[in-house]
Amino acid sequence: MSRLILDLLLRATAETLEMVLASGLLAVIGGLPLAVLMMLTGPSGLCRMPWLSRPLGLLIDAVRAVPFIILLVLLIPFTRYVVGTSLGTTAAIVPLAIAAIPYFARIAEVSLREVDPGLIDAVRAMGGTRWMVVRYVLLPESLPGLISGFTVTLVTLVGASAMAGAIGAGGLGDLAIRYGYQRFNTPVMLGVVLVLIVLVTGLQALGNVCSRTARHGSR
Amino acid sequence: MSLLAVEQISRQFGGQTALQDISFTVERGDSLGIIGRSGAGKSTLLRCLNGLERPDSGRILFEGEDLAAVPDNRLVMLRRKIGFVFQHFNLLSSRTVASNIALPLEITGAPAPQRKKRVAELLDLVGLSDHASKYPALLSGGQKQRVGIARALAANPALLLCDEATSALDPETTSSILKLLSDINHNLGLTLVFITHEMDVVRQLGRHVVVLEHGRIIARGTPDSVLQNDPPLRLPSGLSPTARAGDHTVLRLTLDTQALIAPLLADSAAQATVLDAQARQTGGTQTLEALVQLSTSTPDALSLLQATAQSVEVIGYVPSDT
Repeated sequence: MSRLILDLLLRATAETLEMVLASGLLAVIGGLPLAVLMMLTGPSGLCRMPWLSRPLGLLIDAVRAVPFIILLVLLIPFTRYVVGTSLGTTAAIVPLAIAAIPYFARIAEVSLREVDPGLIDAVRAMGGTRWMVVRYVLLPESLPGLISGFTVTLVTLVGASAMAGAIGAGGLGDLAIRYGYQRFNTPVMLGVVLVLIVLVTGLQALGNVCSRTARHGSR
Repeated sequence: MSLLAVEQISRQFGGQTALQDISFTVERGDSLGIIGRSGAGKSTLLRCLNGLERPDSGRILFEGEDLAAVPDNRLVMLRRKIGFVFQHFNLLSSRTVASNIALPLEITGAPAPQRKKRVAELLDLVGLSDHASKYPALLSGGQKQRVGIARALAANPALLLCDEATSALDPETTSSILKLLSDINHNLGLTLVFITHEMDVVRQLGRHVVVLEHGRIIARGTPDSVLQNDPPLRLPSGLSPTARAGDHTVLRLTLDTQALIAPLLADSAAQATVLDAQARQTGGTQTLEALVQLSTSTPDALSLLQATAQSVEVIGYVPSDT
């Protein structure tokens, strides 16, 4: 493999990591509060508000229902409004984050719901406010699950970022399609696939270690 | 003024009556056991006592404030004066033993040095000083409940509520936890209200007891007076405190057994003592099966009984002094 191709591969990996990590971060910043809100206002929540939780759930599922490639195209005007362009790595972060927020929100909601209701009772019985229930019980107790869910989200984002590459976002997907597929350069294609496999298994292994550490020997 | 006064509270769940007209008072330093079968309404009642549930009607006066009526933000403040011990411990798995015990103090906003001092005291009280930095997953059931009790005591509550605190534990651990709770009640003078389905727990821990059945109090008093006639009679289902048209009446009858059996033996000098008795329903007829001890071993008393009873079976003979 020539020096040039190796450089391309390195640069593409960096771009993919940038897209995945930035949109993953935004997914947590946007998705976690949504998940907590859904859990608290839901049918068995601490402050039931069906007028809020139902439309919110509907919106979350609506975004998840749109195929990512369609979402990419639909969001072009919005992306242009936010970052000034619809091309390049930074521009791809916008649709990636918009797709990842509801995805992570649902995964995080499942983890939050798995927290033993007895623990919520315990903090309420101590005279804890709803905010204290979120801070002392829901978030720390679901942390192992949240970390696992975040890992799954990151891996999904690696795949989605390759798709964004198809419409000019750069990264490993872009490299595989333009050099590997359109120019019949099989070594580049295989190199990209190898890097993706290493990336995904690495992320998953790291996520597993973090999740186990946060579990403190329980379950 | 009593520490806690419960006045005629009732609670329904979807048409089902969980609690009906419950009233009792608890004085400072007292220990009240609430005993009943599962489904009798014990847990609902206990959850009402710290406002985790609100009754549909009635008042719950804790230090003069009505838990059933105060607004939510006041209720949160009042709960900080009521400790709660759970059957399944409910310790946070994300926190160490010391940090679990410190949680009520973090909630009340106590400064860190004060928290640390109080946690050390409590760890010493429940005998877990060596386990302070362990996570709950590494503790045995009895140790977890000790942490649960220490946590409930952390914010110096005026009242300690225990929800079947020993039901998930083995007999040996149970007695050590009961000893701890009894010490807390006697030595620290902390008022205790606990629910259980075990007579032994009430005998060891309770100074007063109320018996709950189908959401109503059917007996109250000291453990000795209330629990001597165990097991309690089995009440029919669908029991209602008020009569509707066409209803039958259910009542509790206490009879001298001589009044039942003596007429059968009127022509004999023999005396009969009922050892045990049970009502039986076979087909359309109801019979009373009784284990009777006759004061003779001669057959004349037997033939008198055979004339009236459906069947008489001699099981054996015992010496006269038993």
